[in-house]
Amino acid sequence: MSNQVPLQEGLFTWPSSQPQLLGSRCSQCAEAAFPAQPDCRSCGSRDTQIIELGDRGILWTWTIQTFMPKEPYLSDETPETFRPYGVAYVEMPGGVRVEARLQANSPEQLKIGMPMQLDIVPFRTDENGEQKMTFSFSAAEKA
Amino acid sequence: MDVAIIGIGLHRFGRSPDMSGMQQGASAVRAALADAGLSWADMQFAYGGSQDAGNADALVNELGLTGLQFTNIWNGCATGGSSLHAAYSAIKSGEYDLGVVVGFDKHPRGAFNPQPKEWGLDDWYGETGLMLTTQFFALKTQRYMHDHGITEDALIRVSEKAFANGSLTPTAWRQQALSYDEIANSAMISDPLRKYMFCSPAEGGAALIICNADKAHQYCSNPLFLKAAAVRTRHYGSFEVFAPSQAMKVADAPTVTASKAAFELAGIGPEDVDVMQLQDTDSGTEIMHMAENGFCKHGEQEKLLREGATGINGSMPINTDGGCLANGEPVGASGLRQVYEVCVQLRGEGGARQVPNNPRVGYTHVYGAPGISGVNIITR
Repeated sequence: MSNQVPLQEGLFTWPSSQPQLLGSRCSQCAEAAFPAQPDCRSCGSRDTQIIELGDRGILWTWTIQTFMPKEPYLSDETPETFRPYGVAYVEMPGGVRVEARLQANSPEQLKIGMPMQLDIVPFRTDENGEQKMTFSFSAAEKA
Repeated sequence: MDVAIIGIGLHRFGRSPDMSGMQQGASAVRAALADAGLSWADMQFAYGGSQDAGNADALVNELGLTGLQFTNIWNGCATGGSSLHAAYSAIKSGEYDLGVVVGFDKHPRGAFNPQPKEWGLDDWYGETGLMLTTQFFALKTQRYMHDHGITEDALIRVSEKAFANGSLTPTAWRQQALSYDEIANSAMISDPLRKYMFCSPAEGGAALIICNADKAHQYCSNPLFLKAAAVRTRHYGSFEVFAPSQAMKVADAPTVTASKAAFELAGIGPEDVDVMQLQDTDSGTEIMHMAENGFCKHGEQEKLLREGATGINGSMPINTDGGCLANGEPVGASGLRQVYEVCVQLRGEGGARQVPNNPRVGYTHVYGAPGISGVNIITR
């Protein structure tokens, strides 16, 4: 099995048996942000803390990306192997809506308000054979 | 002090394979100067911008090294609105009496590909395919339809009207009317938006000659008046493009705040507007912008579109030249193309696309990344 690393540090807890999306919360106004940031967009304070935003959420809006984006898109797909992907904002219990890729890629699979769960999935394999992992959402399995 | 528009010029939108973007900008300036009966040497100042076609102030190489103050403006798709606002302020301040505003561009084919770093974002956001304007407009439209009961019928009717108007506009890029079914059956690009519901990056140039209104009649028998120019950015809680996350709080969009500011400056309301241009990056945004600019309530668009209210002979004619959908979007020029068209309508020079009953008040609205709106109100 190839070595797996996060595409970017600080976006999610991983490896973990139950990965969580990471964000920040302002200690002054309590607003949350994703990704975590040192300053608060709501009140301008620089007093923010990194928090776990959760691993489940609600589908707030969605679309399907049907064509392969130009750069800066950087996957290991070719125009021939490109597979359309869903894109959504998912409302997280941490109090923010996060933009993310979806596992689903057809409209029949998606409905605003449906419960979603976080998956950490391979995004691309780089020239050293290292798999870059990113966050994604899929329909939540029934608890 | 009032601000007058005494000359308008356009270099046709679409593709001009033998001309650089800069040359298309110069062509628009020459047309505006000719329209005003003035020469480049008369210009005291200039504001201009382009995204992909070079620094606007290099236009002096084409137009003449006269020593004028020339300031480059870059504000995403709202560049034209911001340039005009700068010129409006220059006249209002009393510093200058006469100047030019110009926008031009020449984009490669296909969707825009913005770079995360230029927008204060990290590389992963672009690398994983989340930073496309087409996606954002689809995501916002999808939620808006859900919240306000808008159906695909409304999306189709916006495009149908745009291409019908484009077919009446000699300077438009796309002059072929499209049937309801052709639009409804076109490829799904980014659900709920189909191929014929999106505008495309394009080429073109637009220019305006701006003047202290007290002196306008020296140059021109039919000046128009720029009663308001307002540019606003996003508040925390408005749903805007290039955002890895959105707040749960809901705030007014920058379009709402720019529109309110402009109406206040002009001392009139939405009911007084006779002809308008609303940013139609895609048919979903035109629908949302109808309400965000105060011309209807959220959700009323479905019925208004079904009744043809936004057509040339309707009660609220929108994008009489076919808007971005039929003209394409050369980013630097697009906001000024809107003003050009409203001026054509207020002068009664719209020909086959002229709005009836001598429109007196025009309105333009441009929207750009990462959440900027520019609104202008123009009267006879």
